[in-house]
Amino acid sequence: MNIDVEHIARLARLGLSEKEKELFAKQLSAILEYADILKKLDTEDVPPASHAIPLKNVLREDKVVPCENTGDILANAPAEEQGMFRVPRIIE
Amino acid sequence: MHKKTAHELHSLISHKKLSSLELTEAILDQIEKSEGRVKAFVTVTKEEALKQAKATDERIKNNQTITPLTGIPIAIKDNMCTQGILTTCSSKILANYIPPYDATVVSRIKEAGAVIVGKTNMDEFAMGSSTENSGIHPTHNPWNTKTVPGGSSGGSAAAVAADETILATGSDTGGSIRQPASFCGVVGFKPTYGRVSRYGLVAFASSLDQIGPLAKDVTDTALLMNVLAGHDSRDSTSVDLPVPDYRKALIDNVKKMKIGYIKELLGKGIDKEVKNSILEAMKKFEELGAELMEVSMPTFEYAVATYYLIAPAEASSNLARYDGVKFGHRSKVAPDLLSMYYHTRREGFGTEVKRRIMLGTYALSAGYYDAYYLKALKVRTLIKQDFEKAFAKCDVLLSPASPSVAFKIGEKTADPLSMYLSDIATIPVNLAGLPAISLPCGFSHGLPIGLQIIGKAFAEEIILRAAFTFEQNTDWHKKKPSL
Repeated sequence: MNIDVEHIARLARLGLSEKEKELFAKQLSAILEYADILKKLDTEDVPPASHAIPLKNVLREDKVVPCENTGDILANAPAEEQGMFRVPRIIE
Repeated sequence: MHKKTAHELHSLISHKKLSSLELTEAILDQIEKSEGRVKAFVTVTKEEALKQAKATDERIKNNQTITPLTGIPIAIKDNMCTQGILTTCSSKILANYIPPYDATVVSRIKEAGAVIVGKTNMDEFAMGSSTENSGIHPTHNPWNTKTVPGGSSGGSAAAVAADETILATGSDTGGSIRQPASFCGVVGFKPTYGRVSRYGLVAFASSLDQIGPLAKDVTDTALLMNVLAGHDSRDSTSVDLPVPDYRKALIDNVKKMKIGYIKELLGKGIDKEVKNSILEAMKKFEELGAELMEVSMPTFEYAVATYYLIAPAEASSNLARYDGVKFGHRSKVAPDLLSMYYHTRREGFGTEVKRRIMLGTYALSAGYYDAYYLKALKVRTLIKQDFEKAFAKCDVLLSPASPSVAFKIGEKTADPLSMYLSDIATIPVNLAGLPAISLPCGFSHGLPIGLQIIGKAFAEEIILRAAFTFEQNTDWHKKKPSL
């Protein structure tokens, strides 16, 4: 099986070393070949189960609640300025 | 003292024969003595624990109401948020993360008066079956320190087994409570999906993750379940059903209980000694008056493949949040936003996490979604149906919790697929969202074997009853490793 490792890594915004690319190409092929056993099963009329215990429309009241610990939240930021998260420049 | 169970210690504490401070000090001593060999913890919260124990003793002195867990030391898996205390998920990407809030289970544990002694090691982001994928350090099995403790809640299981804590929490996505419990000879319980709030649990695969207890016996498991279980409006998948008092399920009687043993989990690929112990356990249940019958789960053959498409798919989406913007590691090589993402994630994630992000991204990508992810969701339905058929005639199902006992450190790290296949007994249960326990039922080469008992959705009580009965009539849970 041929997997375009670089394309997948790009989709996942994941930087990989050359060694990792080689390793994953091999290992992902092996895992996906193993997963091909699922093709033996006829699932034409089987509905998919995205959850085991289905719940529907879990809603809560749309109410404004104060967030008091913004200081603790921002303390975790890699870079912060005036109560905001600082990131590299996006717009020229 | 550190060797005792929570229910034994509660009786001493409530009769004022033992203070929480004495107990907490004994546990901290034991941690100091054993940690060098076991390495179960990422963080030991010594100062906070002593402070909390003293405050607890004040409350007891003033005759304030106490719960069965008041003053009892507990360890928290490091993927559950603890306000003001490092929560790393055993990942470099969260190495400095100090949560601004408590996970719901942590708040509940604090309200019950238990004393948090530390945060336990795990496979990074709970991805693994051996705790070797920890980005901090590997944990060693107290029964034989050359072997793994299982995973991903390997730190919690090892800490309980080594008497470095009385109780611990774990999380179970594909067996991460039950398999390490099995490897370390302790009790581990994965409740029904939705029974325990996941609020504040660092997400791995949201449709599968569930928090549960690790303990020295079934009674302690029930006591901790009483604290953990219950609806939480902050987790929309937590179910709003009344929570029973699980202590009432501790009845030493399985007469007429219909117990199915899973044919597929007693055949090919299961170690001989493991199989023999399960057969012995079945005999024991029969002697105690249960009715045993064979059940077949033909779709189990497909469970590992199904799981290793669904769980990585969900993980690849959940882990998109680690981008270096709001919290966690940010690469210093960040001239622009896009390269900041690439470098941050490259530096912060370990190999297994990267592998699963890649696998999940592939399974969800255009052109492959139907063939892999959607196909897996359909097979998940078939696996659920196999369980429904079995539970139409059985009250509980039996199997080993793992096809083997603890393997050697390093034995499976080069071949991820062989590591994945070792989850065969536990994975189907998560896919169906069911509750299941692992409890000690024998030994092979000096290493513990775990018996898995599976129940219907929200039928935790009958599992506890079966497990309690087995425990009352055997001595396996009393064996201790000689560290």
